Amino acid sequence: MLSSANAVSFKRELTGVIPHLRAFARGLCGRPDLADDLVQETLLKAWAAQERFEPGTSMRAWTFVILRNAYLTDMRRNRFRADYDETVAERILVAPPGQEGPMHLADLHRALLTLPPERREALLLVGAGGFSYEEAAEICECAVGTIKSRVGRARATLAAMIEQGAIPRRAVGDAIAHDAIMAELNESTNPSEPVSG
Amino acid sequence: MTNEKKTKDKQMKDIGMERNERRRQPSPDWASGLRRLYDSVVDEPLPDAFSKLLDDLDSAGD
Repeated sequence: MLSSANAVSFKRELTGVIPHLRAFARGLCGRPDLADDLVQETLLKAWAAQERFEPGTSMRAWTFVILRNAYLTDMRRNRFRADYDETVAERILVAPPGQEGPMHLADLHRALLTLPPERREALLLVGAGGFSYEEAAEICECAVGTIKSRVGRARATLAAMIEQGAIPRRAVGDAIAHDAIMAELNESTNPSEPVSG
Repeated sequence: MTNEKKTKDKQMKDIGMERNERRRQPSPDWASGLRRLYDSVVDEPLPDAFSKLLDDLDSAGD
């Protein structure tokens, strides 16, 4: 058991990262309800593994590893399709209307959801979550160079989609994106529970 | 020029090119959108279910 002081601070820190877990989960799987289920699952797993958390290290990074692994496992079980809920982000503009017209956060999110999961998570961690390449590499359990390459490719793909206006308009949970995601998962990932540290 | 120096010069040049490369790529509008996408969720009010879950786990452990 953790000492009671450590247990209190664990709970406080875990509570503090919930909004970040929700943001990461939403970016990964698109649908708010499924994302929140994933966060609940993550909290349960983190709680059960709390003795493996080293006080003083990043709670956000530690829980992101758990969330990521839970997501990959659920993807394999086909629980998630890369569906997108239009309700909220649809109305938020990314940039003021310019020559090429406004772009909605929803468009950006749909574009993001078409990326292979490894590139999507890398871009989410670095480009949205503000993690360094080194931190993102630890979360994804891969080399720093691999993360840099994934982020670079993800950015290039998004930039091309945006420039060409090739963003899927609706319901990106289409067969193409899903099949691409499952194909990549089947050949490349091997999720495991995080070890402390 | 020794080989060692050549290698070093080459490394310095590579670093310089990398910097220039970065400068040539201004952060596009959509890049800040990624951050906003993330922050917009972080800023949402937190459903009670989450703190309730942790409270339940906490009291189950007592």
